[in-house]
Amino acid sequence: MINRILTWLADGAHWHGDDGILRRVVEHLEYSLTALLIASLIAIPLGLYIGHTGRGRFLVVNAVGAARAIPSLGLLFLAVLWLGPKLSGDIAFLAPTGLVLVVLAIPSILSGAYAGVEGVDPAARDAAIGMGMRGTEVLRHVEFPCALPLILSGIRSAMLQIIATATIAAVVSLGGLGRFLIDGLAVRDTPQTASGAVLVAVLALIVDLVLALIQRLVVSPGLTGRYGKVSLMDAETEATSPAPALQHSV
Amino acid sequence: MNRTRFAFALTASAAMLAVASCGTSSSDPLASAGSPGQSGAGTIVVGSANFPESALLAEIYAGALSAKGVKVEKKLNIGSREAYIPALKDGSIDLIPEYTGVLDQYFNKNAKATNAAGVYAELKAAVPATLTILDKSAAEDKDAVVVTKATATRLSLKSIADLGPFAKDMTLGGPPEWKTRPTGVPGLKKVYNLEFKTFRPLDAGGPLSVQALKNGQVDAVNLFTTDPSVAANGFVILDDPKSLFAAQNVVPLITKSKVNATISAALNAISAKLDTATLGGLVKEVVVDKKDAVVVAKEFLTKNGLG
Repeated sequence: MINRILTWLADGAHWHGDDGILRRVVEHLEYSLTALLIASLIAIPLGLYIGHTGRGRFLVVNAVGAARAIPSLGLLFLAVLWLGPKLSGDIAFLAPTGLVLVVLAIPSILSGAYAGVEGVDPAARDAAIGMGMRGTEVLRHVEFPCALPLILSGIRSAMLQIIATATIAAVVSLGGLGRFLIDGLAVRDTPQTASGAVLVAVLALIVDLVLALIQRLVVSPGLTGRYGKVSLMDAETEATSPAPALQHSV
Repeated sequence: MNRTRFAFALTASAAMLAVASCGTSSSDPLASAGSPGQSGAGTIVVGSANFPESALLAEIYAGALSAKGVKVEKKLNIGSREAYIPALKDGSIDLIPEYTGVLDQYFNKNAKATNAAGVYAELKAAVPATLTILDKSAAEDKDAVVVTKATATRLSLKSIADLGPFAKDMTLGGPPEWKTRPTGVPGLKKVYNLEFKTFRPLDAGGPLSVQALKNGQVDAVNLFTTDPSVAANGFVILDDPKSLFAAQNVVPLITKSKVNATISAALNAISAKLDTATLGGLVKEVVVDKKDAVVVAKEFLTKNGLG
C-alpha cells in the first residue's frame, strides 16, 4: 500500500495541470487562508473585547462552545441548499464552504483571544493604568502583546482544523486537496485517496510549522523568556569565556 | 446494547409473524417455498425492490392482475437484487418489476449489448430456465444527460448529439466518477465526440446536481431518467441515439410456470402503455407529492383502461 501511494505521488503527471497536486494545494490554501482571515477578523476583536471588559463572557463562551459541536458536512449541505439558489456561479459553492470553515475556526481563535487577555498579569495591567494609560491604550500596548502567545496558538489550532476540513469543499464540486479523496473514493482508486490524505496531513504540518515560526518572530521575547534566559546568558558567556581561550590558543 | 438487540429481535420476529400470517391464508409458507409453482397455482406473489419506483411498478402489476381476476399477493420492498432473485428462484415470490440492462449484467457476466433490443435479446437468453421475462416497456430508468427547458429551447436540443457545436462552451455536471468512467466524460467524447469546457463533479443524481442545473452552475447534468425532479422542474432529458448508456427498460421478470395467457396479456398491456415520461410522472406523484403508491397505480390503470 505504501509503495502504491509513493508511486502515485512520484508520478509527475499527478503534480501538474489543471487538476494536478500543485494547483489543488494552491486552491486548498486559498480556501483555508480566506476562512482563517475572516474568522480572525470576527473572533479576535470580539475576544479582546470580552477579555478586556468581561462583558458578554457567559453568553459568548457558551455559544461558541456549542458552535464547536456543529457537524461541518451537515452545515455545508444546509448552507448549499439554502444559500445556493440565492447566489450564482462559483460563489454559490464558495460561500457555503467559507461559512462552514469560518464557523469551525471561530471557537478556537475566540477562546485564545479572550483567555489571553484575561490571563494577563494583573500587575502589568495595574502598572499601565498607573502610568496613566486609558482603557484602549492598556489593551493595545499591554494586554494585546501579552495575550499574543495565546491568540496565536488559537489561530494555529484553528488553521489545523481548517486545513483538515477544507477537504469538504470537494464534496460540493470545488477544488482543493479533497478532490483526490472524493474522486479517488468514487472510483475506488485507493492510492489516489490515500495520497490525498497524506498530502492534507503534510500540508497541515507545514502550515503549522510556518505559523510556529511566525509566532516565534512576533511574540515579544520578554514574554517567552527566550530573551531573558537564553540570549542574555549566551551574550554573557560569549563575552567572558571564549575570548581568553582564543588568546591562549594564539 | 443487549436490550436494544432484544427489542430489535422482538420487533423483527413480530414483523415476520405478521408477514407470515398474511401469506398463510391458504397454505404453509415453508411448504410453498419447498415446492415452487405447486401451491396456490392461481396466486401470483408480486415482489419489489426497496425503492419507490420498484414498489410503484409492483403495485401497477398487482392492480392489473387482480382486475383480470388473478389472485394476487404483495411482498414489496424486499431489498436489493441479491435478495429478491433468490426469493424468485425458491418460489417465495413469482413476479417482480426489473430493468433490462442491470438484470442482464446480473445474469450474464459478459453482457455487451447497449441498445434496447440488443439488451432485451441478450437478457432473454441469459435468464435462468425457471424464470422468464415478458414484453419490455419503453420506460427506462437509466443515466441521462439533462438540460433545462430554457437551454433546450434556446439551442433546440433533442438528443446528446445536438450538443455538438455547443459543448465546448458548456459546463457538464455529474458524479465524481464520471470524470474517468467509460459511460461518463470519456464516453461522451468517444461516442458523441463531445468535449465540454469543464466538468464539475457533483453527486450521483442527487440534490446538488439538481440545484446546480437549476441555478446555472452547470449547463447539462447527469440525472436518472425517471428522477422526480426532472418532472418537477421541467428539465429536458436528451435522447441517447447512440446508446452510450445501456438500455434499462422496465420489464416483468416472472416464474415461467406461473405464466398463462391472462397474466402475460395483462402485464404486456402495461408495458405497452408505459414510457419514461409517464413513469417519471408517476414516481413524482409518489415521491414529491407523497401520494399513496396504491392510489397512483390505480389511477394509472383506470386511465389506461387496464384496471
